[in-house]
Amino acid sequence: MSVTILFWAVTIAQIALAIAMVLASVRMIKGPRAQDRVLGLDTLYVNSMLQLLVFGIRTGNTLYFEISLIIGVLGFVATVALAKFLMRGEVIE
Amino acid sequence: MNHAAHLPLWAALLVAIFLLIGAGLALIGSFGFYRLRNFYDRIHAPTLGTSWGTAAIVMASMICFSVLQSRLVLHELLIGVFVTVTTPVTLMLLGRAALYRDRSEGNPEVPAISTPKGRLDKPQLTKESESVPHNSKNMND
Repeated sequence: MSVTILFWAVTIAQIALAIAMVLASVRMIKGPRAQDRVLGLDTLYVNSMLQLLVFGIRTGNTLYFEISLIIGVLGFVATVALAKFLMRGEVIE
Repeated sequence: MNHAAHLPLWAALLVAIFLLIGAGLALIGSFGFYRLRNFYDRIHAPTLGTSWGTAAIVMASMICFSVLQSRLVLHELLIGVFVTVTTPVTLMLLGRAALYRDRSEGNPEVPAISTPKGRLDKPQLTKESESVPHNSKNMND
């Protein structure tokens, strides 16, 4: 019983997160201006981080937690660097 | 999913509910990010996924692994705290960068820069507000 519940919940959550990732990438590719693309990359990072957490629940392996933590840190640094670049024209002054 | 057989029914239900809430919020946030019209509307939408979307999925993961390993597993809190702390920083930086770019292009839809005395622009101060630096450089994309 609990296997069925968990299986369907994880599957639906993974499909929803995959659709969310697709929507973020579509906006990142289309995005009329550079700041839309940066925000799309940030959303894509967060969604993929959540996707990996759900994948960790599916496999029962805590290894995926560390991958998603790394993705979260890298996403933050990347978005801050890109926002700085949009503002000033260079990242390190 | 063999490990799920060791999970009692209440834990499986709780994990399932939190997973569905979190994934649904992330999906709604990304859908809003895709649908909304201008950048300043769009910047609000993904925060749905980064606040309660992340919190719900982190909580589901914590409940699942705590019950499976029959001890308190709290390291997922790191992700929750980190995402909650960093999202406002990134979005404020990005919003200010977008505002700067729009102002330097002379986009009429964004509010003009405030006067040197710190007052907000009033209609009679339009002469001052027009002295916002106009870059001749085209910053499109």
